[in-house]
Amino acid sequence: MIAFLVRRLLQAIAVMAVVALCAFFMFQFVGDPVNQMVAEDATAEDREYLREQLGLNDPIPVQFANFALNAARGNYGVSYQHKRPVSALILERMPATLELAVTAAIMAALLGVPMGVYTGLRRHGFMSKLVMTLSLIGISLPTFLIGILLIYLFAVILGWLPSFGRGDVIKMGAWESNFLSVSGLKSIILPANTLALFQMTFIMRLIRSEMLEVLRTDFIKFARARGLPNRAINYGHALKNTLVPVITIIGLQLGSLIAFAIITETVFQWPGMGQLFLQAVQVVDIPIMSAYLILIAFFFVVINLIVDMLYYVVDPRLRVDQPAGGGHG
Amino acid sequence: MQGDSQALLSVRNLRIEFPTRRGTLVAVDDISFDISPGEILGVVGESGAGKSLTGAAIIGLLEPPGRIAQGEIILEGERIDNLPYEAIRRIRGRRIGAIFQDPLTSLNPLYSVSRQLTETIQTHLPMNDKQARDRALELLDEVGIPGAEERIDHYPHQFSGGMRQRVVIALALCAEPRLIIADEPTTALDVSIQAQIISLLKRLCKDHGTAVMLVTHDMGVIAEAADRVAVMYSGRIAEIGPVQEVVRAAKHPYTHGLMGSIPHIGHHVDQLTQIEGSMPRLQEIPPGCPFNPRCEDVTDRCRVERPNLQPAEHSEVACHLFDGQTAEVQVNE
Amino acid sequence: MAEQATAGPGPNERPAPPQTTLQRIWDSDVFYSFRSSKVTMVAAAVTAVIFFMAIFAPWVAPHQPFDVATVDLMDAELPPSWEAEGDPRFLIGTDNLGRDLWSTILYGTRISLTVGFLSVIFGLLVGVGLGLVSGYVGGYVDAFIMRVAEIQLSIPGILIALLLAGILRGVLSAEAYNDAVVWVLVLTIGTSIWPQFARTVRGSTLVERNKEYVLAARVIGLSRFSIMLRHVLPNVMGPVLVIATINLAIAILSEATLSFLGVGVPPTEPSLGTLINEGQNYLFSGLWWITIFPGAVLAILVLAVNLLGDWLRDALNPKLR
Repeated sequence: MIAFLVRRLLQAIAVMAVVALCAFFMFQFVGDPVNQMVAEDATAEDREYLREQLGLNDPIPVQFANFALNAARGNYGVSYQHKRPVSALILERMPATLELAVTAAIMAALLGVPMGVYTGLRRHGFMSKLVMTLSLIGISLPTFLIGILLIYLFAVILGWLPSFGRGDVIKMGAWESNFLSVSGLKSIILPANTLALFQMTFIMRLIRSEMLEVLRTDFIKFARARGLPNRAINYGHALKNTLVPVITIIGLQLGSLIAFAIITETVFQWPGMGQLFLQAVQVVDIPIMSAYLILIAFFFVVINLIVDMLYYVVDPRLRVDQPAGGGHG
Repeated sequence: MQGDSQALLSVRNLRIEFPTRRGTLVAVDDISFDISPGEILGVVGESGAGKSLTGAAIIGLLEPPGRIAQGEIILEGERIDNLPYEAIRRIRGRRIGAIFQDPLTSLNPLYSVSRQLTETIQTHLPMNDKQARDRALELLDEVGIPGAEERIDHYPHQFSGGMRQRVVIALALCAEPRLIIADEPTTALDVSIQAQIISLLKRLCKDHGTAVMLVTHDMGVIAEAADRVAVMYSGRIAEIGPVQEVVRAAKHPYTHGLMGSIPHIGHHVDQLTQIEGSMPRLQEIPPGCPFNPRCEDVTDRCRVERPNLQPAEHSEVACHLFDGQTAEVQVNE
Repeated sequence: MAEQATAGPGPNERPAPPQTTLQRIWDSDVFYSFRSSKVTMVAAAVTAVIFFMAIFAPWVAPHQPFDVATVDLMDAELPPSWEAEGDPRFLIGTDNLGRDLWSTILYGTRISLTVGFLSVIFGLLVGVGLGLVSGYVGGYVDAFIMRVAEIQLSIPGILIALLLAGILRGVLSAEAYNDAVVWVLVLTIGTSIWPQFARTVRGSTLVERNKEYVLAARVIGLSRFSIMLRHVLPNVMGPVLVIATINLAIAILSEATLSFLGVGVPPTEPSLGTLINEGQNYLFSGLWWITIFPGAVLAILVLAVNLLGDWLRDALNPKLR
């Protein structure tokens, strides 16, 4: 277990280093940071002074080391556009994105997994076919269009729910939450549904195909030949064997939820990290872009680590340090 | 056909079809045989001869679109081929056990051996957890797994192939079934382990009085283990009889060729015989006797009229050459 | 009684009458599954109609929406012709600039499809190429390529596309970016889809590489790479076609999303995504048609392509049904 964890951690650090390198090169070669930070009429001396101050005249490896150190300390420089420290900007907006993404993830998993299992088991049933057809429409509708349609229906026509923003958020320390006020709760319904819908259909379709795959295996046939009841076969043997791919899928989907949050936040003007990033892309605000890149990579690495550890719990074949008997036929 | 009322299992005129868009394929065509209590019936044939499908049909696990189109399967006097799913489910494992070809894939990799054994035991027998575990230990002991006490909580991947097949046999024996369908139980194993598994199977069946339908393409296994043998060709039984008689004095030209392809110690031959051609695919089975294009003794009649099983010595054989014993021999010019 | 059971239904009536190539295609399993699925046929028809109208937009469209001379701001925000204030000249109304919406959608679909196709072709070429190299060369090269593919597969394509778009915006001037936007999109979207192709092709290459004929061919002095090309590519055509079709839908969606997010096609010559983005601002004023019609066309197009992809996957891989 320890060796396994250490190996995974080393891999994670390697990935982070590569991402940091990408972010660093972005900083170095995309636009000139000095141009962004000084006034239009700045003199050449002013520029050179700033250049020296920022360490831009140091050798590249030294610059990268400084960059990586700063990044590890949470110092990503100052946004060109907002003229404020990037870390503060991101921290302000992180709660909004996390609340949205986690709400959507829970909704998607709670609905997607059972529906996937159901359509896998009863794949010729009427309900399954209906659900599969609807899900195909679900993955064909782009996220932003779903958001717009929901706004048009529930905000414009019916006027039930707010169409943008977070409503009244309640502060708990540095964390602003949607879950403590009625208007906050009402505000998160449409964006969370928008974000969850695609993920839900995706999870459902993948679990269905995993289920079909497992149901074809020899050990399921053998379980039937042993006369085990269907319930035990489907929900015990089959479902447990779909767990490994399902964990992967849900882990990866958590990552893509954060990515799709960019779209949802734009549609609903949700003041989260995604919106911040998109604005940064539009005006080429490199410090925010590189910080976001590193942050997202960090999320992915952490999620992957958790997924790996869950594998370890689910699949006995990975527990190598368990006493393995010799066993000769 | 023998109408033995003592039979444990009777298969009567079984026909298994696969409907496809290009017409219906007949994979098993009108076969009948009996298995007596405690008897080991070997079923041999090339792959595609329909032997595994027959086994699957008996335990009610034919995979769609395959279906039983005609015939009856009778277990201890009770017809079981038309039972509802839940009823045949209760028979599986309880009255008919099964062993599949590949022990590496037959066991659920995520459950310990004890869990798989106890759940099977408790499905069929009224036992509490402790009793079930004791029985599981007994079974592991019986199938020759050393240190059962310790190994029972291991996972399948911690066992070797031969050991896993022993676990599979223990699983099949959980509820003391009267009949075991063993579908190529040794094919996936090393040659040295094959013999061990076969002798284990033989011993256990003797001890428990369990009958076995031993499906294999390996004549050596049959000669070793079986009491009687049925030779299948293109979905039909070509010959069925006591193993000694079929091996030593094969009657059907196909069986004859099959036996000629096995080397015998002490018999010097320059060249092993070989049957020309190959078994026809399901959509190309010729009319008459399916073996006729490859048969050295083929007559015109073989090309039009299907031979029925008929007694010849202690065996039964589906070949016009043996019509003489019940009717006149027809000699075609 | 056994005799009647013997004669199987029809398999014995050989030899089959000689077939033309066309007949054989018509009778093949793939085409059979096409003929027997109404949904697939409808999807194919819809796709064909949309493709046709997009390709021939200049001839099919009733107006020239990008010709400033023919566009009148007085016609702006007209509802569809069947509504009370509709104008019969504009079937489904006009947008905020007075352009005929129907014509704008046709031209927009054209841009969306162009970007979609070029992106898939780009991703396919890169992916198949890298997959072949990876499987053929093996060793560190293989490990490196596959590692990159794996990491990239775990990151959503849209994120990669956005990042690349952001970087290119920094490198290019705003004008240059807008001029080259189609190619920028092709590059970013294509880059986000290559790994699937690479993994499939690599898998088949590994299988083929160890076959004896490859060794034999090398012994007689043929280059292994050319043999691999000749044997691997035909083998992976099926899966590659399936991946390409499914990714066409994804690429069209990606383009629409990027344009919607404002880093794609500019509003002067809008794609479907740009149109939806523009229209969204007018939704609250009740001008629903500017958003809904391009949205519907986009959704129908992607759905039809997805259905074709699903069918193709099932038809080429019957055991997955």
